[in-house]
Amino acid sequence: MKRLAAWAALAFGALYFLLPLMGMTEFSLKMRRGVYSLDAYARVLADPKFQETFSYSVIMAVFTILFGVLLVVPTAYWVRLKLPRARPYVEFVTLLPLVIPAIVVVFGYIRLYNTSSWLPLTGTATGTNILLMFGYATLSLPYMYRAVDTGLRTIDVTTLTEAAQSLGAGWATILGRLILPNVLVAVLSGAFVTLAIVIGEFTMAALLNRPAFGPYMQLLGANRAYEPAALAVIAFAITWGCMGLIQLVARLAPKPATPVKD
Amino acid sequence: MTSQPSPDIKTPRPVPLKEKLPLHWLGLVPFAVFVALFLLAPTMYIVVGAFRTIDGSFTFDNVIGLNTASIRSAYWISIKISLASASLGCLVGFCMAAAMTLGGLPKVIRGPLLTFSGVASNFAGVPLAFAFLATLGPIGLVTVFLKTNLGIDLRLLGFNILSFWGLTITYLFFQIPLMILIITPALDGLKREWREAAEILGASGPQYWRMVAFPILFPAILGTMALLFANSFGAVATAIALTGSSLNIVPILLFAQIRGDVLGDPHLGYALAFGMIVVTGIANAIYIVLRARSERWQK
Repeated sequence: MKRLAAWAALAFGALYFLLPLMGMTEFSLKMRRGVYSLDAYARVLADPKFQETFSYSVIMAVFTILFGVLLVVPTAYWVRLKLPRARPYVEFVTLLPLVIPAIVVVFGYIRLYNTSSWLPLTGTATGTNILLMFGYATLSLPYMYRAVDTGLRTIDVTTLTEAAQSLGAGWATILGRLILPNVLVAVLSGAFVTLAIVIGEFTMAALLNRPAFGPYMQLLGANRAYEPAALAVIAFAITWGCMGLIQLVARLAPKPATPVKD
Repeated sequence: MTSQPSPDIKTPRPVPLKEKLPLHWLGLVPFAVFVALFLLAPTMYIVVGAFRTIDGSFTFDNVIGLNTASIRSAYWISIKISLASASLGCLVGFCMAAAMTLGGLPKVIRGPLLTFSGVASNFAGVPLAFAFLATLGPIGLVTVFLKTNLGIDLRLLGFNILSFWGLTITYLFFQIPLMILIITPALDGLKREWREAAEILGASGPQYWRMVAFPILFPAILGTMALLFANSFGAVATAIALTGSSLNIVPILLFAQIRGDVLGDPHLGYALAFGMIVVTGIANAIYIVLRARSERWQK
């Protein structure tokens, strides 16, 4: 009886999740009348706008990840090493992007950094790109910080730091050649979540008027029938790929080096 | 506020006075500056703007100005959709997680289901809308199947993907997996001893659930529900890709206002955004308080 109910719950859930995935896949194959074909994919992939916006978003993701790592790893390390009492506050701040809707944050950007402000970032394309990257960095902050902080928990930060210092290492050496390699798995999992977020992000890019992949998908959806379904399949594959890579990295990576204690 | 000076604690050896100077907080400056400039200041600007007139003096008029029929109904529909998708997401997610952890299903289901939940909870926004249009839209897979094979016309039954229920069903695609991911650890934390103790004292299955398990899980469930509520209340991309601007909900209204000042008053836009922060803020405050309570049982 209990097992039957359990199977029923699972089957219901599976049906709900599989139908849309089947729906979009089937629809994406129906562009040619009467037979299944990959025409919609060919059309999407050949679209120069697709290539432009997709590479734009990938490049933005790479910069966001680099910036995020440079910001989060030293901060999380420093908080663990020297300011354990500040930890709850820092953690609280990193969770704020889950509370404040992205649309509100970007609304603030538009008003605060417009051409007549003290920091006119939206005045130039480069400035707007940088602003968008900062926006993406705030969106990924909760995931990046948590990942790195969890990674730092598995190593003995204090002992490693003291050992490095007594061998004459400076802060840059400690962070770049000691801490970062030790939390690389955590950093990578944060990076893949960031990649998944940035590639599909719509609100910030659309309101800052940047040619990103999210607004492109929305525009195509408003004007075409079959190509959006193909895009949805591609986007799902990317999300799946990012999450799969997280698991793969976690499984394949060597265990973090434990400090020698004798 | 994160950078309050705090001297290094727990240093057993005596340190020279020079090292005691509280300069450690300097390491937090880059992070604090970034957060202040690109998260807190923009939000504060909106909040303050909601209480200012165009010439800068203090006023409640903007917030009072929200009280028009169309904005009221936008908030109401948004809250209804968020409530519906959060409670259904909780219910279905709970059932699936309970089936997986306690239902006696084969162990091999667990790994794939949790991985899939991780993927599906991140599969939101524009592509998700496309997937549901291709499934439940006018010529979607399910719509056509029901019509040609079973003679059920969803449209005649009053179902439309561009509606309250359409949006709710779509949001469930990321709500249910999120519930599964959050509630599974809580279900794993239910100790076998509690069940055995209840049974020895003569409790039936339903009695155990009603009087032991459910009260323990209640804060976790309610807290997750608050998180799911905030999650769908702030969702912009899915709604816009699914309905264009045909559904009058707060995120779409605010999006249109930022794009082209549809309300005719920029400060009303601030008030609209401020309202969103208030609603998601309340929901998240509930989540944080209840999560702290629920974690007591997981030790």
